[in-house]
Amino acid sequence: MTGPRYSQHLGGTTYAFDGLVDLMAKATPVRSGDQLAGCAAESDEQRAAAAWALADVALDTFLTEELVPYDSDEVTRLILDGHDRAAYAPVSHLTVGGLRDWLLQTCTRPDAAAVLAALAPGLTPEMVAAVSKIMRNQDLIAVGRAARVTSAFRTTIGLPGRLATRLQPNHPTDDPRGIAAATLDGLLLGCGDAVIGINPATDSPEATATLLHLLDDIRQRYEIPTQSCVLSHVTTTIELVERGAPVDLVFQSVAGTEGANAGFGVTLDLLREGNEAGRSLRRGTVGDNVMYLETGQGSALSAGAHLGVGGRPVDQQTLEARAYAVCRMLDPLLVNTVVGFIGPEYLYDGKQIVRAGLEDHFCGKLLGLPMGVDVCYTNHAEADQDDMDTLLTLLGTAGASFVIAVPGADDVMLGYQSLSFHDVLYLRQVQGLRPAPEFEAWLDGLGMLGDAGRILPTDLDASPLRELTAR
Amino acid sequence: MTGVSAVTGVSGTAGTTGAAGAGGGSGRTASAAEGVGAPEGGVDPAVVGDLWSSLRTTTQARIGLGRAGDALPTRRVLEFQAAHAAARDAVHEPLDVDVLAPAVAAVGLGEPLRVTSRATSRAEYLRRPDLGRQPADLAGLAWGGAGVGAGGEAQVGIVLADGLSPRALVDHGPGLLAAIVAALRAALGDDCTIAPPVIATQARVALADHVGEALGVETLLVVIGERPGLSVADSLGIYLTHHPRPGRSDAERNCVSNVHPPDGLSYERAAAVVAGLVRGARELGASGVRLKDSSLAPELAAD
Repeated sequence: MTGPRYSQHLGGTTYAFDGLVDLMAKATPVRSGDQLAGCAAESDEQRAAAAWALADVALDTFLTEELVPYDSDEVTRLILDGHDRAAYAPVSHLTVGGLRDWLLQTCTRPDAAAVLAALAPGLTPEMVAAVSKIMRNQDLIAVGRAARVTSAFRTTIGLPGRLATRLQPNHPTDDPRGIAAATLDGLLLGCGDAVIGINPATDSPEATATLLHLLDDIRQRYEIPTQSCVLSHVTTTIELVERGAPVDLVFQSVAGTEGANAGFGVTLDLLREGNEAGRSLRRGTVGDNVMYLETGQGSALSAGAHLGVGGRPVDQQTLEARAYAVCRMLDPLLVNTVVGFIGPEYLYDGKQIVRAGLEDHFCGKLLGLPMGVDVCYTNHAEADQDDMDTLLTLLGTAGASFVIAVPGADDVMLGYQSLSFHDVLYLRQVQGLRPAPEFEAWLDGLGMLGDAGRILPTDLDASPLRELTAR
Repeated sequence: MTGVSAVTGVSGTAGTTGAAGAGGGSGRTASAAEGVGAPEGGVDPAVVGDLWSSLRTTTQARIGLGRAGDALPTRRVLEFQAAHAAARDAVHEPLDVDVLAPAVAAVGLGEPLRVTSRATSRAEYLRRPDLGRQPADLAGLAWGGAGVGAGGEAQVGIVLADGLSPRALVDHGPGLLAAIVAALRAALGDDCTIAPPVIATQARVALADHVGEALGVETLLVVIGERPGLSVADSLGIYLTHHPRPGRSDAERNCVSNVHPPDGLSYERAAAVVAGLVRGARELGASGVRLKDSSLAPELAAD
């Protein structure tokens, strides 16, 4: 760095920022993770000045000024080497502020979805993160809603007017009966169309294979049009594919720097290998997207892999957007941020979690991902069910592809609160959102679907699903 | 209290009112989804209720909660709020060291020493894990000579840290400490030396690396309050670090978690595992990923 290269005069003070890394961090709406990293704005006025200066930065700058060094980070190389100049052309003359106006103008057009889809390969995560920082929540919702991304395996995810769900039947000891009981509960409340996905208590291949067979047996027995996933490490899943286990989706947590991915035990090549392994099984019926990826603001900082050019901390929201470059390389079925899961040292309270959830959804969608959100919080965060209601309702409005749901909002294995199956019933009812079409038809066949797609209360005794827990 | 019997699904008498009495939803909605019996089904409500009851023996998950329209019945909402409140209180109530110290002293390792981190409040502690890993002052750790047992430097030091659940430390700390001391003596011999216990407040695990170095112990145990879940707010974890010093990474530690009798691991079982790990670390000369609890792990896994 040769010194401050961005500055803004505001309220009688000239604020200077040392490169894009500093400017992006200082312009970020307040959050505890950036304060912990030591890169947050020191005053509200400094933050406002940074937003002003950032709005005047030309988008081209992001193609020449790196935030994380190209030579030492393969995610940066993926982003810059893969940039689609032709797709970028419609916005190449704009500043960050100009891009915000262009996006908000575009999302009022009837062909907004097609325009935004065509633009996606031309945008870098840093451009998208930058514009999100100067957008209000309503802007994030309006553009996020206009950007449609569909993906498919046995169900189709992301269609307008639809909200899919990951049914998460976790159990602290992976007890098959307990997992089947939670799965039954979720199916009876109309959940599971994005995936029935278990976080296993251990990562052993044997335990993972047992759970894969459990879910696959249930799916086949009841001819449920959905996909299953046991969220083990990608290397475990690849091994199980080779052993012939019934692997539908290949899961992995990913992050926005090479170092943070190393902390997860993955490289881009390994992720590509996982994608190929999953696709090789050809188990999808309406599509061949096989990857399921999770991300979350703060993951790079928690791995100590959050430093950019000059050794300066990069803000966690920019690093989160960079994780989406890793995701889009893999053409995934599902991507979700685990927004409130990582803890209050990264997102302190309900306000920060709500904001981050909308940012992540917007950035993912704009970069072309089938974006969902784990609307969640931990018991040491300043958040509660009211905050989750707010974020869920906003995400429904923003057109999120899917959310995660667990029995009674209480994940007894991971020890945090996600949404309940009932929360999904609420959102589908008040916003007229329907399950994925293939899954909806299956629900209808069981007599569980009422007028306007409402999930009817089920007489358990009369439901064929009752035997689901019998082993 | 029709809501009680309806949502637990054990009483046929609640069939038509169900949790609707508590939740304000339609009787059909609540009763049917709860498996208390559909109005036209002609099903013996007790039989269907028994299914959720029997399924609940397989998982602590909140299954079969019933419906008030599309929402949770009132009783279920109140249950959830109460559990969340307990978990939050467990995080935010500061550790009362003056209450804990006499109980720790009664274990017989001497008066506990005290240390606090650089985090000055619970709010700062939650926001700044980096401050929770650094001691404000180690002056309180001066202790005259060796620990309980033979002379020389102590073999083992034990730090009792509030972590994310001070309540867990108050509830289970002294009992677990006594069990650990007994297990160490059984494993290492009666002449094993243990430094006076240290109570650490606003503390993360790595704070104890500074403590262990200052005490001059070979192996350090950190007993710390774990992040409260909705169902369990008073669980302790135990971290073992051989040759503790500032800068040790988490990969250089071993952990035993979920100590909260009667539902979680018992004091005796946890202490036996820890004593085996201490002995193993002394033989190996290191803790962390290379140190496996070979003798007790299979037994634990079989539980």
